[in-house]
Amino acid sequence: MRTASRPGKDRQPLYISISDRKGGQQDQAGAGLASVHPAFRLSPVIIWLGVVSMMTDISSESVAAILPLYVTGYLGLSTIAFGVIDGINQGASAIVRIGAGWVSDRTGHPKYVAAAGYGLSMLARAGFLVAGGFWALAGIVTGDRIGKGIRTAPRDAMIAAEAQPEYLARSFGIHRMLDNIGAAAGPFIAFLVLMLIPNGFSTVFGVSLAFAVIGVAVLLLVVPDRLQRRRQHPGRSRPVVSWNLLRWSRLREPGLARPMAAAGLLGVLTIGDGFIYLLLQHRESFAIQWFPLLFVGTNAAFLLFAVPVGRIADRWGRVPVFLAGHGALLACYLLAGLPTAGIPATIGCLLLLGLFYAATDGVLAALVSQLAPPERLGTALGTAQTVVAVSRMAAASGFGVLWFAAGPGMAVAIATALLAAAIAGAALLFRGSTAAVPAS
Amino acid sequence: MRKRLLLLLAVVIATLGAAGAQAFTAYQQSSASRQAAPDVQVASAGALPSGPFVLFRNTAPGQGFGEAATAALSEPNGRRALLGKACDRVYAARNLVSCLETRNGMPTSFEASTYDGSLVQQGTWALGGIPNRTRVSADGSLVATTVFVSGHSYASSSFSTQTLIGPADGSSHTNLEDYALMDHGAGIKATDRNIWGVTFSPGKPNEFYATASSQGNIWLVHGDIAARTLTIAASGVECPSVSPDGQRIAFKKSTSGTLAGARQPAVLELATGNVTVLGEQRDLDDQIEWLDNGTILYGMPREGAGPDSDIWSLSLEPGAAPRLFIEHAWSPAVVR
Repeated sequence: MRTASRPGKDRQPLYISISDRKGGQQDQAGAGLASVHPAFRLSPVIIWLGVVSMMTDISSESVAAILPLYVTGYLGLSTIAFGVIDGINQGASAIVRIGAGWVSDRTGHPKYVAAAGYGLSMLARAGFLVAGGFWALAGIVTGDRIGKGIRTAPRDAMIAAEAQPEYLARSFGIHRMLDNIGAAAGPFIAFLVLMLIPNGFSTVFGVSLAFAVIGVAVLLLVVPDRLQRRRQHPGRSRPVVSWNLLRWSRLREPGLARPMAAAGLLGVLTIGDGFIYLLLQHRESFAIQWFPLLFVGTNAAFLLFAVPVGRIADRWGRVPVFLAGHGALLACYLLAGLPTAGIPATIGCLLLLGLFYAATDGVLAALVSQLAPPERLGTALGTAQTVVAVSRMAAASGFGVLWFAAGPGMAVAIATALLAAAIAGAALLFRGSTAAVPAS
Repeated sequence: MRKRLLLLLAVVIATLGAAGAQAFTAYQQSSASRQAAPDVQVASAGALPSGPFVLFRNTAPGQGFGEAATAALSEPNGRRALLGKACDRVYAARNLVSCLETRNGMPTSFEASTYDGSLVQQGTWALGGIPNRTRVSADGSLVATTVFVSGHSYASSSFSTQTLIGPADGSSHTNLEDYALMDHGAGIKATDRNIWGVTFSPGKPNEFYATASSQGNIWLVHGDIAARTLTIAASGVECPSVSPDGQRIAFKKSTSGTLAGARQPAVLELATGNVTVLGEQRDLDDQIEWLDNGTILYGMPREGAGPDSDIWSLSLEPGAAPRLFIEHAWSPAVVR
């Protein structure tokens, strides 16, 4: 792998000019774009980062698939106290994202910050092989979640730094596709082990640890810690790390505040896969054992759509695709909320849900990378992830209350109407933000 | 770079080799253990015994591990009759067996089945989660199941319980979360309620007790099937089990008062509300069963023996110590 002397590696001027053009309203001018665009050339670093994520997802999803069986078998009824800890963990993981992105920006070593996150999750895997008891298990699950929180922002910053700016969304799409292949393979491996070895939980943990080690090894051995050079400004030494610097004003990049607000607005109306599956199950009354297949269907759709939707986002603009992705979610709510339907509606809903993830997950990262100044890229990506995670947590708990109070049919009708309004609101916010970009 | 790629290759081979070797060893041990002759005396049976018996899950390593089994009440540690049905949780009345099973597959699924006294299947239905408790009413007409439902999303590891009551053929079920939860005549509307561990009241076909939990509280609730209500009867009483004479409730008492703490067996006198904590020092996680009006039974995992466990008996007499009742067994049900 030759990486040293790629032309155009110092992309900063190009970066800004692309931001300007992409941010403007003449986005779809189309015809001229192809002639301006350099040819798409996939950086091997993005593939390697995809492999790291794939290995890590095989590791984490194989454990996640059998964790309920293991934990309930091991902890019995005190298992339900786990729910409280899980809520705290999700909050902690959301907050850690900003911090990790910020540290990666400050130190200029996103690779090592990411490695710390992947490494912490790997240690958690090893913990499953030795630990027992409620608090030990709770600690392991917490470590895993915090590790996940740490690694995402610096990893996405590395992808953004490696990608050609014209092909940001496509590059993120390739990463997300590899990531989701791992997420699909993990449960498959875990269930296969349990079919061959009843109660073979320690074997699943062993296999999971092996994939976690491979993921960390790929990151440490093959992925270069390259952002550092691009970051250094001549005549300016790196500032001393101080928590004072982590102020809200620092997170609020000009041009990013409105997209973040839009992402948050849409996030609080993203009720989560679980509730959509419950709606489908409630209506179709298919046997509850098919439930895991719904996860598989969504996941397959996500990994199939990730690259094509990324390409469309690069061509037509990331904002329209991000909004259209929420349009797919809206269509899925509509299908799930119909009083009667059938199997085609269920399959359609899963495809739309996969399309929603394909059009929002990597595309938002691409959008933020396009707007954020390179030296604050990690912080901006971490902030965006935190906004999305926190708003979706709020959405899930709010929808849970609504479901209980008003019934599933009314709850989904309200969510659909509010999401439609939020998409319109987000479009207005983005329209305002694009005006601000050329000034930055 | 070439060196690093070679090093990576070495890491991949070493880790996958180690994991593969561990998996292969575990597979061989597991299949050897399943083929091995069991540690206890067993026979096969095609029907429930006609005399008084105890039904349980056989956890003796070897053939028949995990199957429902019966033993004569007069000789609980004698030869056990295997029923040929794999069950994680079992319970029985004179003419009905309830069996909750985890089926390893792609993906893992969960199933409830009922059988009559001749082991003819009466019904089978999918469960929405991991089996935890089951009970059968004394006349064999109703079945209650509790399962763990995990998470509403891929990434979540939160758990809730789901408890259903329905006729023995599985033709319909009522989720106890749909019952009104009443406290001194007022309804509790909390959405985070968990309900588990039904015990049917002997001689009162419309009534049962169960556990309800919300906001960290643990309550004993008195259920009314016709009125579809759960009325809070006491606090801190978990996994109730009504005695054969209907006078007492044996339960798990959290030593810390919280959901996460260790549990000890205790008995509540229904007439007076007096609670007596019994002399068992180990952490209890089973729904207690009554051997007779003065003795309880419960399962306890074997230290360091994986999925193996024993059933212990404990007299209500002051100062009584637990005694081993049936070795290599779990989930007892006494049919007199």
